[in-house]
Amino acid sequence: MSWLLALPVVIPFLTAVLAFLTRQSPIGRWMSVAGSSVLLVASIILMATVLREGVIAGQMGNWPAPFGITLVADLLSAVMVLITAIVAVAVSIYAIADVDEGMERLGYHALFNMLIAGVVGAFITGDLFNLYVWFEVMLIASFGLLVLGGRPEQIDGGVKYVALNLVSTIMFLTGIGLLYGTTGTLNMADLASAVDGADQRLLTVVAVLFMIAFGVKAAVFPLFFWLPASYHTPAFSVSAVFAGLLTKVGVYALLRMFTLVFDHDTAFTHTILLWVAGLTMVVGVLGAAAQSDMRKILSFHIVSQIGYMILGLALLTPLAIVGAVFYLVHHIVVKANLFLIAGVAQRIAGGTELSRIGGLYKSAPLLAVLFVVPAFSLAGFPPLSGFWAKFLLVKAALDVQGWIIAGIALAVGLLTIYSMTKIWAQAFWEPHPEGIDPKLSSLSSRDRAAMLIPIAGLAVLTVVIGTMPEPFVQFAEASAAQLLDPTAYITAVLGEQP
Amino acid sequence: MEFLFAITIGVLVAAAVYLMLSNHLLRFIFGLVLISNAANLTIFVAGRLTDGAPPLIPEGADAPTLAANALPQALVLTAIVIGFGLFAFAIVLVFRAWTTLNSLTPDEMRLAEPEEAHK
Repeated sequence: MSWLLALPVVIPFLTAVLAFLTRQSPIGRWMSVAGSSVLLVASIILMATVLREGVIAGQMGNWPAPFGITLVADLLSAVMVLITAIVAVAVSIYAIADVDEGMERLGYHALFNMLIAGVVGAFITGDLFNLYVWFEVMLIASFGLLVLGGRPEQIDGGVKYVALNLVSTIMFLTGIGLLYGTTGTLNMADLASAVDGADQRLLTVVAVLFMIAFGVKAAVFPLFFWLPASYHTPAFSVSAVFAGLLTKVGVYALLRMFTLVFDHDTAFTHTILLWVAGLTMVVGVLGAAAQSDMRKILSFHIVSQIGYMILGLALLTPLAIVGAVFYLVHHIVVKANLFLIAGVAQRIAGGTELSRIGGLYKSAPLLAVLFVVPAFSLAGFPPLSGFWAKFLLVKAALDVQGWIIAGIALAVGLLTIYSMTKIWAQAFWEPHPEGIDPKLSSLSSRDRAAMLIPIAGLAVLTVVIGTMPEPFVQFAEASAAQLLDPTAYITAVLGEQP
Repeated sequence: MEFLFAITIGVLVAAAVYLMLSNHLLRFIFGLVLISNAANLTIFVAGRLTDGAPPLIPEGADAPTLAANALPQALVLTAIVIGFGLFAFAIVLVFRAWTTLNSLTPDEMRLAEPEEAHK
């Protein structure tokens, strides 16, 4: 079984090597598309296996757990790998039009696939130190992608991104050291029971260290400042994959660690998370309301939306975790898509600064339709995917008499609509200030196909999740049940427990 | 011995925080080097300290009752290698920041987020 678990990590790694070797020629970009497609097939097989057989685990190098490195896939890991593969396919196709030859020669496709390998590795590992290693793989690749091209804004944004992420990494490492010191193990499944015998006060300190480390990655209040400083600077395909996947790895790590390991003092840790969730939602959406650049607005929205996922984790009821899982998956699709659309707007209308563009509704109605789907889904309009995600979370908050937090979640949804209508009014409705007709036909037919096919694909996925939520919610329920009762996870890794 | 290590780690972290907060990118990098070494030492101490007991077991012999814990050493080694790569990148990035932005003061680096953005 372990080959099936290793495959989603090995495929992007191999692709990265091949793409690096062929970076001087146009073959590199096709290598990236092909590699992502193979990854998608592998992750579908993984998903089917997990659905059929339950949680599966594999020991690397045949060292028995908890001594070796374990790879585990439960429903949450499997769906995260699958959605990563979907985004990877979409972005690698989009990159054909978006990434110029200069960036390709500098190794864009190799770095991109390395990033995907890091993300998948983080989702699938069952060992804490291994998770650290995958975080680093992801981080180094993202550093490269962020500054590739070397424009002054990129360097400026890059410095802030690199500095704050390195601090978070060191927090994570210190947390790992202290957790190992108190429990004597780093295998996540083993930790779940090993923490029971540890000093509970020390454990809470470690939990807070992890909360800060993953909180920086997930961009929660007050640790998010690197995100709006950097996400609007690189190439659009880079922002899309960052926006879709990177912060969500932080959320995934929080979700995993604070259901499996750190559930001993929820009155303390999960209360902090609840405050963080509320403030993240509010501060993010207010930041977005103050911006006037499409990509900056969207960046602040990432922050605000992360708050919803943390809210699900903080409430820690079965329904809330269902909401968090559903939100996580829906958000990746929608957010990546919005950044891809911003890239098209930049190409045909000449910018993303709202005061300098316009007329997209009249001249490019297809793009307008494609924008409406993810934008309204993000804001939570029925019948799109975001409505169900928000509905589940607000319902979960009301069930535990969390009137205030439910009110905040609803109000933030309203404010999200406000800034989405701002983009809609200024970029789509108002005429272009320079009188240009920003038509899609101004793109070459190759670029048009490469940009619009992934956008349309992701938009269709959003509509499908929205109009047929039943199987997706059922899936989220099953995966939340696994998170809240990790017996299956632990048994898969360590074997039958006495 | 743990006490000595704890003091060392504390001093390293204090110096690192001071450097990282002193509003200069080069000092920030130096602070980062110090604090990452403090993290490495923490992992090392967390594996319990032993005195002159290498974890080398002759073939066929039983494991000795007292031997150094090899796992934290492996972890620290990995962390050092990764940290080295990250610092190499960070130093080059800071150098590029200095040549393109003519500043190493984070407060003056407002190119990606100009102050007059809200018109």
